[in-house]
Formats: sequence, C-alpha cells, structure tokens
Amino acid sequence: MSRQVWRTDAGGHGIDRGRAISFNFNEYRLAGYAGDTVASALLANGVRLVGRSFKYHRPRGIFGIGAEEPNALLQIGQGARREPNTKATVQELYDGLVAASQNHWPSLSYDLGALVGVASPLFPAGFYYKTFIASPKRWLWYEKHIRRMAGLGEPPDEADPDHYAHRNAHCDLLIAGGGPAGLAAALAAGEAGARVMLADENPAFGGQLLLALQQIDGSDGHGWAEAARKRLAAMPNVRVLTRTTVAGVYEHDLFTMVERIGDHLAAPDPNAPRQRFWTVRAKDAVFATGAIERAIAFANNDRPGVMLMSAVRGYLARYGVLAGRTAVLFANNDSAYAAARELTAAGLRVEAVVDSRKDESPAAAQARAEGLHVLLGHAVVGARGMRGVRAAEVAAIDAKGAVSGAVRVLACDLIAVSGGWNPAVHLHAQSRGSLLFREDLAAFVPNTEGAPYRSVGAAAGVYDLGECLRQGMAVGADAARALGFEAAAEPKTPDATVDPVGDVPALWAVKSGTRAKAFVDLQNDVTVADVALAHRENYASVEHLKRYTTLGMGTDQGKTSNIAGLALLAERRGEPMPAVSTTTFRPPYTPFTFNAMVGGHTGEIGHSVRRTAAHDWHAANGAVWTDAGGWARPMYYATEGLSPQQRIDQEVLAVRNAVGLVDVSTLGKLDIQGPDAAEFLDRVYINNWSNLKAGRGRYGVMLREDGRVFDDGVTMRLGEDHFHMTTTTNHSGTVFQFLEYLLQVVWPDLRVLVTPVTEQWFAAAISGPNARALLADLAPDIDVSNEALPMMGMAEGLVASIAARVFRLSFSGEIAYEVNVDADYGMALWNGILAAGAAHDLKVYGTEAMGTLRIEKGHFTHAEADGRTTPDDLGLSRMVSAKKDCIGKRSLSLPALTAPGRKQLVGVVAAAGETIPVGAQLAANDDLDAVQESLGHTTSQAYSATLGRHIALALVTDGRRLHGRKLYALSPVMGARAAVEIVPPCFYDPDGGRQRG
Amino acid sequence: MLLIPCPWCGPRDETEFVYGEAAVERPVDPLATTDQEWTDYLYFRDNPKGAHTERWFHRAGCHQWFVLERDTVTHAIAAAYLPGGAPAPEDGV
Repeated sequence: MSRQVWRTDAGGHGIDRGRAISFNFNEYRLAGYAGDTVASALLANGVRLVGRSFKYHRPRGIFGIGAEEPNALLQIGQGARREPNTKATVQELYDGLVAASQNHWPSLSYDLGALVGVASPLFPAGFYYKTFIASPKRWLWYEKHIRRMAGLGEPPDEADPDHYAHRNAHCDLLIAGGGPAGLAAALAAGEAGARVMLADENPAFGGQLLLALQQIDGSDGHGWAEAARKRLAAMPNVRVLTRTTVAGVYEHDLFTMVERIGDHLAAPDPNAPRQRFWTVRAKDAVFATGAIERAIAFANNDRPGVMLMSAVRGYLARYGVLAGRTAVLFANNDSAYAAARELTAAGLRVEAVVDSRKDESPAAAQARAEGLHVLLGHAVVGARGMRGVRAAEVAAIDAKGAVSGAVRVLACDLIAVSGGWNPAVHLHAQSRGSLLFREDLAAFVPNTEGAPYRSVGAAAGVYDLGECLRQGMAVGADAARALGFEAAAEPKTPDATVDPVGDVPALWAVKSGTRAKAFVDLQNDVTVADVALAHRENYASVEHLKRYTTLGMGTDQGKTSNIAGLALLAERRGEPMPAVSTTTFRPPYTPFTFNAMVGGHTGEIGHSVRRTAAHDWHAANGAVWTDAGGWARPMYYATEGLSPQQRIDQEVLAVRNAVGLVDVSTLGKLDIQGPDAAEFLDRVYINNWSNLKAGRGRYGVMLREDGRVFDDGVTMRLGEDHFHMTTTTNHSGTVFQFLEYLLQVVWPDLRVLVTPVTEQWFAAAISGPNARALLADLAPDIDVSNEALPMMGMAEGLVASIAARVFRLSFSGEIAYEVNVDADYGMALWNGILAAGAAHDLKVYGTEAMGTLRIEKGHFTHAEADGRTTPDDLGLSRMVSAKKDCIGKRSLSLPALTAPGRKQLVGVVAAAGETIPVGAQLAANDDLDAVQESLGHTTSQAYSATLGRHIALALVTDGRRLHGRKLYALSPVMGARAAVEIVPPCFYDPDGGRQRG
Repeated sequence: MLLIPCPWCGPRDETEFVYGEAAVERPVDPLATTDQEWTDYLYFRDNPKGAHTERWFHRAGCHQWFVLERDTVTHAIAAAYLPGGAPAPEDGV
C-alpha cells in the first residue's frame, strides 16, 4: 500500500486518523482514512489524473469538492453494484472500495482517444449535427466507434441486489441545506416548536463551515455546526437528515428528497434500504443551499492541478490534504488571501496571489504586508503541463480581460481559481421563483418578490458568515411565527469571524489570444471558442446555445459552468446578463438512481397482477399467460408434443365439436339497481332496454359522446329494478367511471346505484354442442331445456353444488352457458366442471382459441372498436333504436360519420395455404415495394382450424361493397404477403342456428 | 403532484384522482342541437391561462365526481364543490 504523501501531519477535522482504510483505484491499492471521500483519498495519495474528458479525451483531475464536480467521475463498486458516473468528491470511502476511472481506452495514461484532442480543430461545437445528421448512412458506420470513445461509464448488466424505499412525510418547515444559515433557521424554528425537517447532502452538517477555518462563538465552525446538529436532533419536533439531497420542488408544497443510507458502507445492512426516496409536503420551506464557486477560463485550464479555491481550502481543512506543493492562487475576490494564509500555515508554498482586480483591497494590502507575492491587475493566462500542472503563465490584463503585458512563467503544481460564486438558486427557480442579476456579485440571486419560499445565506447572495447566521435565525423565526408558533422577535445570533470576499467584479475568461483551449464546461468539453462559434452561427439564445454546444448538460448540469457560458454569450451579444437570462432549472438538483424513484415498486409490486380464483390451476396446467386489463389470463395451455398452434387448434375444435371450458372471470361486472335502472340503460346503450323482461339478457353496445363505439357486453335483467352488466375486461374501470359521471353530473335525478362487482364473481363459460348435457349433469335442479333456458335466458340454482347464476349467451357461436359463482367458490366450481366434463370430452381453452372462435363468428373487440369506428362501421346500425336518444346518438348524424368512404368491418380469407401477416395493409397490387393506395387494414387474424384457412377481420374503405373482391394483404415491415378475398365478417354459421339450438 | 381537496374526503394526493375534463354543460336535448352547437360541445374547449373550472373523479377514494377551480399557471385551487355547485354536506350524505 502506498504512503499518503500529500496528507498533512495533523488536522483534517472530518477524518479519523485512527482508522486507516484501503481501497483500489484502477490497478493501484491505496490507503485513506475513515471520513475521506474517494477524491480526498486520491489527492492524499498524490493521484492527480483521474479520468479523461468526454469529447477530447484530455487528462483530467479533481476540480471541486462536492456535488459541483465536473471531472472526477468514477465507476464505483463491482458486478451488480457497479455504479458509473459517481462523483469522487461525493463518494465516501469505505474499506475495500473499488474505484475505476472511465472513458479511456486502452488505459488511463495512454488513451488512443486523445488523438481526437490532437485533431480537435475538426471537432467544433455542433460537429455531430454538421457531419453525421446530413448523411444517416455515415452515422450508422461511425456510431459504434463514437459510442466507445464518448459516453460516461458503463452501467451494471446484472439485476440490482439492493432494495430501496419510499417514505412520505409532512412538516411545517422544510429546510434544504445544513450550512450556517440553514442550521440557524432550523434552530430558530425548532425552538419555536415548529415541526422542522432539515436535510443536507453531506454526511456532516456545516456546509461552508466544513471547508474553511472560521470561528463561531469562539469555537471552530465545524464544531459549532456539530453542536447545533446535536441540539436539533434532541428536539422531538425536528428531524435532521444527513446524506439527503432535496432534489425537486413541485406543486402544492411537495418536495422530493433522496437519502443515501448504504452507499458509504463496505457492508450495507441487508435489512436497510440502500437509498430512500422521500416525498414531503411542507407548509413552508427555506432554501439554504449555499453557493457554488466558479472558475475563470484560461488556456489549458482543464489540466489536473487546476482546482477551485474553495476545494483546495476544503481538502486541507476537512481532510488534512494538500492539493499541491507549490500553488498559484488566482481570483477576482478576496477569498484568495484567506486561502493563502491557511495553505502557507499548512506547509504549502504559495508562489503568488494573482488578483485580477487593479485596485488593492484591504485584504490584499494586509497579505502583501505579511510578505505574500501579490500581483494586482493580473491573471493566469495559461497552464503548462500535460498530465498535471507544471507552471502558470501570468500576465497583466486590461479591463476586458485581454492580456496587456508580458507573460511570465511561475513554476507550480497547483493553480487554485476563484471567479466568485453562483448562489445555488436551483430549488428557488424550480419553485418558479425568478432571478435578479447582482452586478456587485456578478451573480444571479433569488428574487424574493413573488417567490413562494425564501432563500437564506449564500443561496441568497449573502457571503458573510455573521450575516448568514443572522438571516437564518430571522427567517427561521419568522417562518415559525407565520405558521402560528411563538418565536423570539430578535433571536440571539452567534458571533462569527468575518471572512470577507470583497468586491467580485465579473471575470469569466482570460483572453490570451492563443489557440489553446480554454474550457467553460469541463464535463462537456465546451470551450470559450465554442460559445463564440455557436453565437456566430446564430445559436444566440441560451436554450439554443445549450443544445448546440451541450453547455451545462451532463451529470453536473453545469454547476460550475452554466453561468459563465451564459455570461460569455452575453458579452458576444453585447447585452447585460439579465437580458440573456438562464436556461430552465429542472429537478433533480443532483442525479439519483432510478431505483430510488422506483423504490419497492419492482417486479409484481410494480406491476401488480390480478388473478382469478382458478389462477393456480391454470398455472399448474401449462397456462401460457397474457395480460388483459391487468389480469393474468391463459393464452393457451401448453401441451407436451404439440406446438402452440396445434394446441390452439385442439382447443378450438373441442368447442366446435364437443365442449370447451374457459375462465371468463376477468370480464367487468357492474351491479345496477334502482327504480330508474332500465331508463338509465336506455340512455346509455344504443338499443332498447326498458322492454326487456326480468330473467332475460340482451347484448348491448354503448358509444362515446362522439358516436364511436366505446364498449359492449351482455347485460341481464335480474329483476324489475336490478341489472347485471358485463363490460369488456379492459374497459371495466372506465365504463364504471363513465356511468358514475352520467349519474352524478348529467342525470343526477335518476335513481340508480352502480356497484363494481367484477372481483366478487368467478365466471366460467362452457361452450360447444355438449354444453347442455354437461350443464344438466352439473345442475340437476336446473331445467336446461331450450324452452326453459333459451338463448339470452338465465337460471339460478346449484351448479356443482354451488349457488350460481347461469347466463345462456354465446361468444363462440355454439350453445354456451356462463356460470357465475361467489369468487371464493370459483376453484370448487372449476374442479366440479372438470370432473363432470370428462364424460363430455371437455377441454379447457384460453384467449387465443376464444379469439379464433370470435373471429370465425365476426364478433368485434377493441381491435375493431378502435375509438374511430361507429356502429354503422361495425355493421350495427340496425341495433340503434330509433325510438329514443342515447349517449353519442346525436353524433351519428354528423356529416363526417355519414359520408361515404368510411372504413367498414369485413372478413378476409386467405387463399389456401397462405398466411395473413399480422397488421397487414390491404391493397390491389401484390408488390411490397410499390407505392399504392391502402384500401384498409387487418385488425385481428387467426388460423381457423374449423375452416382450414387463415382468416382475418379488417377495416376496409366502403368494405361492405367489396365482398368478393380479391386483394393482397401486405406487410412491408415483415416482408410478407398473402392473396386474400374480402367476405362478410361472419365466417361460420352466419344465421346463428348452432348457438340457439 | 397536486394536493386536491376532495369535497368528501379532504385533501388527497393527485394520484388518487382521474382528471375528467373542463366542466362544460351537456346540452339537455342533444337531438335538438344543430351540428355546430353539438360539435362545439364535443370538441371546442377554452384553453385559459389562469382560472379553469374542471371535473375530477376520486377513483381511489369515494368514487365521486366533483368540480375543481384550478389556476392553470400556478395550480392554485380556488374551490372544490359538488357537480351541482353545492358544497359537500358537513355530516356526509
């Protein structure tokens, strides 16, 4: 194991030097301490090159220290737990962690893809669009090579072994961010008694206090933060959450949070979720999300060793790690002077502070008096070194950031940059708050006017620690008061050391005049020149700039780059920042796994399966399943030695020649009662119901208001005021909802109650010439004669010794009975029918055979009633009662529904030996490549064992006039065709004698 | 996700509800309407930026339809009441 050469001898409040940890990075075995992140441990070991860039494959190092990190994206873990694109700056170290850099080939140090960088004048912004989209064939060739070179990491290819949880919560006040301002707000509101939730993405509270050496009430800032956390945790009305990111803000005070529970553990607790997804309704919220430091672009500013100033300070303060030996600090504000003092005290040599401001600030003067080398009105104009910084090129600049003096070279291995801060306004903007541009900070800050929630501290553009604490206290107390709690009017604010940043005049990029790349967006390899190019090519709006150059996309969503890119665009346009505005801030604030969002809703919990009472029997007898309206239904019963088609044929022929049994429990069932029930059905169905006798049933069709067929089914009149309606399996829910709409909204005067009873009944249909004899055996007390129980008749009595309703109706075209029993007795009925059926050559059948039987009979389903067809299109116009109105009837006389040229339902029969392709178009010419008119399309097709032909139903323009016409069924996508003839839709027993017999 | 104040059940998450459509009145006698009047009812809806009166169905709750006045920009809900305009009786049905 290596020595941690860049670790200081002492210090680092976030690590436990007593607990050494070993981990792997690529082929190296390295050491770190408990409390490290992967990034701090890599730096401690002197590892600077951690990855290659997305597009140019340039060597990249660690740039930031938190969620803003654009460069150091690693694959963490192995096998099923391998996770790509993990920020090394966020991933906590655990013993045995395996990290690998990504996006390099064949190895990190020698990356052939870097040749792209050498050839980079050929790869400007918009390169893909310009080169490949113009020639799709060329793109097909290039795509696999580009995908290997670009892209960010590899997802695991095994199922996720961990589990995830969802949790809902309510609170009075949600505070996002546990830095000084957030802690202060939580203390004030919590002490007032409000139910507070305080969430911070880091493992410890403190925010900026963790990264810089500041004093509060005479103790270290991080110590004060920990004491504040303890005080809050002791309050019963406060919930504190670490490692928890407030990711999104939604309507009506809804917030989503992601809590990482097991990501930092070597051996995650198998009884705990890996991550928890929170959905929180809060009465109010405070955003204390801090600010994100930004860089200043200069030539080769992406070399490993160029880092954010706050990150360099943070690695020292929190982890006891020096990010270099000799540093040049470059800033447009005073933070460089505090940094210089901290770094020098820790043994790092500060070669110079390069301050872009011409005027000497008090902090600069003091630093100079202390002996620091300060260069005012200067900038770092370039970095030297390939796989790590070897020197900084420094020169005087003019007011526009252009080099105005001789370049001198300062040897160093670290360039720390601060271009100011961007308040993390993401949550504020997600909640539809608007932004104001503050010139003095060169930053967008939340506009409090019209904003639903308040931002405090650095998120509101307040960078002074004392003011952050005071504002947090005041806003927390005010929020509690507004919610009805008693809070101190002037809460006592802790004393804090002042860490001034001074003026922050805008400086986005140093114009060195060289052709070397100066990056705005490190993650997406977007340079200052790319922004200029996009503007030249008229991609001058922020949304266009983003999509043309990919600025601000990716896993960091431009946290360090977006505003700088937009500012450079504003310069090009010659307009102020507010006129250019920003792209839209959308959730989530930082990426999280789909698994967290999915939570426990995986497998059957994610897609729950509705099972009939006979499900287990179906499963044990070879059922091959299909999904119908969420129900598992047997498609057919697989049988040893038979192909699926052979088995389906057997099932069909059993119904035609003997008797078949099918589980039809999934049909929607509605119990309809009330004095106006018959009147209600008259208004709902196209046909007449009030003249139906009790104890008889009728087939009904209902329309939508626009005249299209909505649903159909048989409804039985159980008594004068009592009906049992069946709907199709798929529409049982929507029909119920529609009927309730009619009763509650349109005709509230009708005295009718509708109750969904689908799950209360088990239903089995027996169909075929032997069905009557079988029912007679099963139900000795029921008179099954054609006179006593005719077609559309019903009987009540014992079937297989179970109380049942027997409806005589037919979908197959044979004599058929639907036996309905209490669902709890379903399996008993099923077994009873099977036992009695043996003597009648009974076979079970599934939805495929059922479908074939109904196609043979020309019955339509949703494939034909596709939301466009009218009763007339389906050949049902004679069913529409002329004596009454009904839902949708008015539409049937509209010109569009009566005009010629509508598609009508027909049958299609294939020539002997030919197969009708699924979803075929019907046309006059058999040439698959010919451009020709489609006369219609098939909607359902099957091989009919009854007829020995392939048959189909089809919707064909003016189809009823085309009976007898020879056409071709064509499927250009499948390259299949068949010679067919158009026939009437009913292929089998058209006068219905068999089912009435 | 909206928090919808069902007149019968109180505030509930949007996932429990089904959106119906704008609360337009169905013509009392459709057969007496002209084609223009009927197709206006069928197909033509205002798409206001702001106040919108619409119907929702509490599918995973009380199975009741009700009217919601919602701002299409801010989602602010001004009122929820029964289809006829009355508030839900305080002691239930």
